[in-house]
Amino acid sequence: MKHLIALFTVAFLIGCSSSTSPVDDGLENQIFHFGNGSEPQGIDPHIVTGVPEHHILISLCEGLTIPNAFGDGNLPGAAESWQISEDGKEYIFNLRKNGKWSNGDELTAEDFVWSWKRILTASLGSQYPDMLYYLVGASEYHTGLIDDFNRVGIKAIDKYTLKVTLKAPTPFFIGMLSHYSTWPVHKETVLKHGSIDDRNGEWTRPGNFVCNGAFNLKSWELNNRIVVEKNPNYWDSSSVRLNQIHYYPVSNVMTEDRMFRAGQLHVTSTLPSQKCPIYIEENNPDLRIDPYMGTYFYRLNTNNPVLKDVRVRKALAYAIDRKLLVEKVTKCGQIPAYSFTPPGSNGYQPDTVIPFDPDLAKELLNDAGYSDDNLFPKLEILFNTNEDHRKVALAIQQMWQQNLGITVELVNQDWKVYLSREMVGDFQVSRAGWIGDYEDPNTFLDLMRPNRGNNKTGWENADYDSLVAKANSTNNQEERYRLLNEAEKILIDNMPIIPLYTYVRNYQLSSDVKGYNPHILDHHHPKFIYLERE
Amino acid sequence: MISIFIKRLLLAIPVLLAVASLTFFLVKLAPGGPFDADKAVSPQVLKNLNEAYNLNASEWEQYVAYMSGILQGDFGPSFRFPGRSVSEMIATGLPVTFELAFYAILIALLIGVSSGVLAALKRNTYLDFIPMAIAMIGICVPTFLMGPLLVLIFGINLEILPVSGWGQLPGDKILPSITLGFAYAAYIARLSRGGMLEVLNQDFIRTARAKGLTEKNVVIKHAMQGGLIPVVSFLGPAIAGLLAGSFVVETIFQIPGLGRFYVEAAFNRDYTMILGTTIFFSAMIVFFNLLSDLAAMWLNPRSRDTS
Repeated sequence: MKHLIALFTVAFLIGCSSSTSPVDDGLENQIFHFGNGSEPQGIDPHIVTGVPEHHILISLCEGLTIPNAFGDGNLPGAAESWQISEDGKEYIFNLRKNGKWSNGDELTAEDFVWSWKRILTASLGSQYPDMLYYLVGASEYHTGLIDDFNRVGIKAIDKYTLKVTLKAPTPFFIGMLSHYSTWPVHKETVLKHGSIDDRNGEWTRPGNFVCNGAFNLKSWELNNRIVVEKNPNYWDSSSVRLNQIHYYPVSNVMTEDRMFRAGQLHVTSTLPSQKCPIYIEENNPDLRIDPYMGTYFYRLNTNNPVLKDVRVRKALAYAIDRKLLVEKVTKCGQIPAYSFTPPGSNGYQPDTVIPFDPDLAKELLNDAGYSDDNLFPKLEILFNTNEDHRKVALAIQQMWQQNLGITVELVNQDWKVYLSREMVGDFQVSRAGWIGDYEDPNTFLDLMRPNRGNNKTGWENADYDSLVAKANSTNNQEERYRLLNEAEKILIDNMPIIPLYTYVRNYQLSSDVKGYNPHILDHHHPKFIYLERE
Repeated sequence: MISIFIKRLLLAIPVLLAVASLTFFLVKLAPGGPFDADKAVSPQVLKNLNEAYNLNASEWEQYVAYMSGILQGDFGPSFRFPGRSVSEMIATGLPVTFELAFYAILIALLIGVSSGVLAALKRNTYLDFIPMAIAMIGICVPTFLMGPLLVLIFGINLEILPVSGWGQLPGDKILPSITLGFAYAAYIARLSRGGMLEVLNQDFIRTARAKGLTEKNVVIKHAMQGGLIPVVSFLGPAIAGLLAGSFVVETIFQIPGLGRFYVEAAFNRDYTMILGTTIFFSAMIVFFNLLSDLAAMWLNPRSRDTS
C-alpha cells in the first residue's frame, strides 16, 4: 500500500511539473492544433459526408480547384488553368505538370476519370454522386441506365488535359470542384486494398493512404487525434508553412472551450452558445464571428390539413419577430433571415420580404377561417434534442401564442427519430438548417424543387421548378440571378419553409494563427495558414 | 470453488446469447436507420448502402448471419465508420477504458478504505464525521459536475494539470482518474465503515484484543478481513459499472475509451457497434460479478467452507 501511495504521489508530481502548452509548442514547431468537433467517419472522399471529414480532407487531397482564402470564388488547385466553351457546357482543365501524389507518382487526367467513375459506381454507395449529375451521362451511369462509362462526360485528352462535358451550362460547376466528393483518389492504392466499390478497404489507414494534398496522413488514433504532416511531394510545398496539423475530435463543446482556454487548441470547431454573449461583452480577442452560408428555418408540412392553407403558413411566418430572436435568444451575431438563400451568396441578393406584422398575421388566420369561434388547432414543433433548438422553439411558441393565440407544443426527439419523422412527413412544423455545399444560390433553391429528398415539406410548384431549371440552363449570370430571385419570391410567397436566421460561424481562434481568413463555406486551405506571434 | 467457477462460466454462455439476440432485435425496433442523415440520401443510394451492409436481407437472415459471425469472433463492420471493424474499435478503446477504470478503482480503494476504516475506528469523532460528510458529497455530486469543477481549479485557474487528453500531455490522466474514482471512493468509504463497525463489535475481535494483540494487528489481520467483505462484493459490479459507465468522464476529458463508442453508436444507430459493445460489456459484467463473488467467498470462511 505504501508503495502504491508513493507511486501515485510521484506520478502526480511529475504530472504537475511545468511544461509548455501545445499552443506555445506549436508556435515553435509550426504545429496547428485543431478542434474538429467529432470523430470523422473516415477519410475516403468518395464515401464520407460531414464537416469534420472536410477539415481533414482539405489538407490531404486537392481537387481541380481550391477555395479562395482571400475572397469569393475559387483558385486553381490540381488544375493550373481551365477554359470554358462559349455555350458553357464544355470545360478543358489543364493539369499541373508538376502535380504529384504523396507517394511521388504523377497526377494525371486519367486519375480524375477513374476517380469520378468510382463516385458514380452505384455499388460504392457514395452519398454525393449527385454532385456529378451535371455531367452528360453521369446520372444515367449511376442509376444503371447505361453501363459504358465512356458515355459519361469526362475524358482524358492526354496526360495533363481533362475534358468535362455538362448537360447544361452550370456556372457553379467550378465552385463544386472544391467539394471533396469530386476529389481524386489514387487508383493503385485503392485497388491494392480492395475493389473500386469497396467501402471497407484499408487504403485510408496511415501508412497506406496516398493522396495529392498539401499534407500526408501520419497517424490516426481513434477518438483521440489525427496527425497530418507536410507533404514534400505537393506541387506547392514551398508555400506550405505548417509542419503538422493535429485534429482533435472534441464532441463536447464545453470541453473544447476549456481546451482552448488552457492552450491546448489553436482553433475550436464551435462555441458554447451560452458563452458567446459573455465573450462578446468581454471583447474576447479570440472570439470569431464570421459570415456563413447557412440558413436556420422551420419546415411546414404542406400535406397537413391545417398547414396546406398558404394563409396559415404566411400567418405563422409574419408572427415571428426575427430581430428579437437573434438579439435575445441566439445572441451570437446571427442575422435575421428574410429569404431562404443567405444574401450575398456569390453576389446574389434576394429581395424577398417577410414582414413582422402580427395584425396582418391575425387577419390572414381569420381569412383562413380561424377565429374565436373556430379556434386554431394545437400545433406541434418538432426538433432534435438540443438546448439551442429548444430555446428558439420556446421563443417561437411564445410569439405564436402571443400574436396569434395559437397553442403550440414542443416535441423534441433523438436525432435519428427526428430525421425519420421528417422523412416520412410525420410532423407539422419541424426545425431545420441548411449549409451550402458550394458558393451559389442553387445549393439552396434546388432543395425545394419537387422530388428532392431534402424538400420534406410536400410542397411543389411548377413555376418555381421551371424558373430554377431555366436559370441553370442559361450562361448569363445576371439573367440567372434574376430568374433565381423570381423563384425565391415564389418560395417566400408560398412559405413552405419559414426562414428564421442566417447562420454565422462562431468559434475561437488563437491570435497566433495567421491566414485563417473568414470564408462563407468555412473552407480553409491549410497552405495559407501559419503560426506567428506578434 | 473451481466447480462453481466453471458452472458460472458455462451459465454465462446462454446469458450472453440471450443478450445478443435481444439487442439484435431491439436496435432494429428503434426508429431511424444508420444511413439517415441531415442531407437525405436518394432512394438509389440508400438501396446501394443497404445492399453493401446486408440490410436488404430478411431480419431472420441477418440474425443468422450475425450470430454465426460472432460465434467466430467477428462482430462485423461498423456502419458509421466505413473501413473499421467493430472488433478493431473495441480493441482500440478497451485498453484506455481499462486503464482509466484501474486508476479510478485504485483511487477509490485508497481513499475509500482508509477513510472508512478510520471512521469506524474513531466512531463519533471528527475523524468519523468529516470523512463521512465528504463521502456523502462524493455520492451526491455527479461526475459531470465534479469533472469540470476539478478542471476549472487545477487546469484553468492553477494551470498545473492539462484539462483533457489521455497520454498526450504529462499529468493528463490525473483529473479523469480522480473524477471517476471519487464517486466510488465515497461508496467504498461508507461500505467499509459499516462493515468494520459490524465486525469490531464481534466476539472474536474482543478475544483478539484480550489475547494482547496490538490494535494494528487486530484491525489489519482480523477486523479488515471480515469488515471489507461488503466492499469486495461491491467491487465486481463497480468495476463493470466503471467500464460501461465511463462515458461521461471520457467525454468531459476527451478520452478515447470504449464508453464514447458505446453511447455514440446508439445515437448513430450503428447496429453492429451497438451489438458488439453491448455483448462485450455484458461479458465484462458477468465476469467481474463472478470474480467478486469468488473473492467474497474466499474472504468469508463460512461460505468458503460450505462451497
